[in-house]
Amino acid sequence: MYNFTPITALTGGLIIGSAVVLYFYTTGRLAAISGIFANALTIKSNRSSNLLFLLGLVVGPLGYFYFRKESVNFEITNSYILIIIAGFLVGLGTRMGRGCTSGHGICGISRFSIRSIIATITFIITGVITIFIFQQFGIYL
Amino acid sequence: MSEKIFSLLSGIIFGVGLVVSGMTNPEKVIGFLSITHNWDASLIFVMGGAIIITAPFFYLLKNRNKSLLGLNINLPQKKGLDKKLLIGSALFGIGWGLVGLCPGPAISSIALFEPITLIFLIAMFLGVLTNKYI
Repeated sequence: MYNFTPITALTGGLIIGSAVVLYFYTTGRLAAISGIFANALTIKSNRSSNLLFLLGLVVGPLGYFYFRKESVNFEITNSYILIIIAGFLVGLGTRMGRGCTSGHGICGISRFSIRSIIATITFIITGVITIFIFQQFGIYL
Repeated sequence: MSEKIFSLLSGIIFGVGLVVSGMTNPEKVIGFLSITHNWDASLIFVMGGAIIITAPFFYLLKNRNKSLLGLNINLPQKKGLDKKLLIGSALFGIGWGLVGLCPGPAISSIALFEPITLIFLIAMFLGVLTNKYI
């Protein structure tokens, strides 16, 4: 298998799960990032907590890089048009579908929510199809 | 006050988890969605690792109506499937597949000083606003 990193993936997953539990146990809310992002920018209630959570998402990695003194790979398309279309679809789609990889994929599935299980299957399928089509045009190979 | 501290702390831990898991690298996500060519199954281990922790806790805490800090428990009440869930998730998947970024990693990658992710976040915010007005 190509580029497969099960140990770090599992370790990261356990850390993410711990964050979800801590957030829910203390605040009573789900760590569903698309929702936190949208709420922080569009509604007043819990705004400072939502913004602090988002700040943490940036500060955490910064602290990690500082203490571990390592850099991570970041490989992304250099097409601005693709970035803009993708960002727009991610914003629109996650709000219309009420969740993203964290809200449906982690929080929802672990609550055995049928809606979240179906949502997760749906976005994985359309993601797979999108990449398959792009690969037919010789991109991502 | 403690609500704010725990929100920040949860975000920090979540962000560290995203970096450790490798999910801040769009190439890892593309690799997972690329099932017919050089498939990288790492993302399953990320979600699996998270769910192993969260599922038992959600089960144990399911009958509580107040959080540790005395705040109301706030869970989605919607049941059943609807068009918006399916269409929205389908659109999200297309965007996710196009560049390999979902909301969490897109925000965390600000820490990598990659200006291109700011453009992604602005476009994402426009998508959020669009949903409000359609």
